[in-house]
Amino acid sequence: MKGIIGKKVGMTQIFDEDGQVIPVTVIQAGPCYVTQVRTEENDGYSAVQLGFEELPPKRNGSSRLNKPRQGHLKRGALDLPDLRYLREFRVRDLDVEEGQLLKADVFERGDRVDVVGTSKGRGFAGTVKRHGFNRGPKTHGQSDRERAPGSIGATSTPGRVFKGTRMGGRMGGQRVTVQNLEVIVVDADKNLLAVRGSVPGARGGILLVKPSRKNT
Amino acid sequence: MTDLVKALEAEDRGFPELFPGDTVRVHLRIVEGDRERVQVFPGTIIRLRGGGNDKNFTVRRIASHGVGVERTFLLRSPRIEKIEVLRHAKVRRAQLYYMRERRGKAARLKERRM
Repeated sequence: MKGIIGKKVGMTQIFDEDGQVIPVTVIQAGPCYVTQVRTEENDGYSAVQLGFEELPPKRNGSSRLNKPRQGHLKRGALDLPDLRYLREFRVRDLDVEEGQLLKADVFERGDRVDVVGTSKGRGFAGTVKRHGFNRGPKTHGQSDRERAPGSIGATSTPGRVFKGTRMGGRMGGQRVTVQNLEVIVVDADKNLLAVRGSVPGARGGILLVKPSRKNT
Repeated sequence: MTDLVKALEAEDRGFPELFPGDTVRVHLRIVEGDRERVQVFPGTIIRLRGGGNDKNFTVRRIASHGVGVERTFLLRSPRIEKIEVLRHAKVRRAQLYYMRERRGKAARLKERRM
């Protein structure tokens, strides 16, 4: 089982042995508890559920989680702290036990990983930003055409706008996967991972780091 | 959280503090194939920018035939062997871009003793 939940910390650049600059995204990765192991026999598919970020209790001592979630984390022999995020990783090899602690060192330097995040929300975006349409002319007697989408179809035939025509609308805030990023730094003591290149979402966003589907 | 970014930064290697207008000699490690040598780039610092691992500075010098040459270095780069500060100058701005329009005697900076 290779995979971990993390939080985007931000980007920086570091130097390799040759003095070359590498742009990296720093991820606060783990520690994650294995909260549940789903098996083919029991659940119809195999996966590992991880929990990330311990929640301190409220000031009156009560848990911040609701009862069902508390029960999920403290069932049978399992007694895990309150965890803010639970995420499932579809994996075939279930070589972990419930309650086990995973740290950043599930990955090593040079590994290729896919990183899943939620892209930054752009709100209602026009066609220029959302679909890369060209802008209109600024001069030659134009008015109100600078970021207009242009024609969205013909007239009476077909008399409607085709489905899927690219227009303005909500942009971002979606699950995005970046594939095949190289792991540059692993520091299990500091729970820190750095990957080459950028990663979706804002700083503080939740990320899933898993082995790359490519080049494995 | 930003401490985690700092944790990755190359350490400060005790270079002297640099100011705009300083006359410096930058000793640079250059790798040619499998040979390594040190090249010196002398000149005046005309700007400092960035912070942390991204901190960099631009050195301007007048090469042969009066051609101005500017080179930007990353302060934390392991390729920088040594920085010698020869003199400080009295300057009144952070970016000395006006040096680009100056030639010969006009391109002098008054020394400041520190």
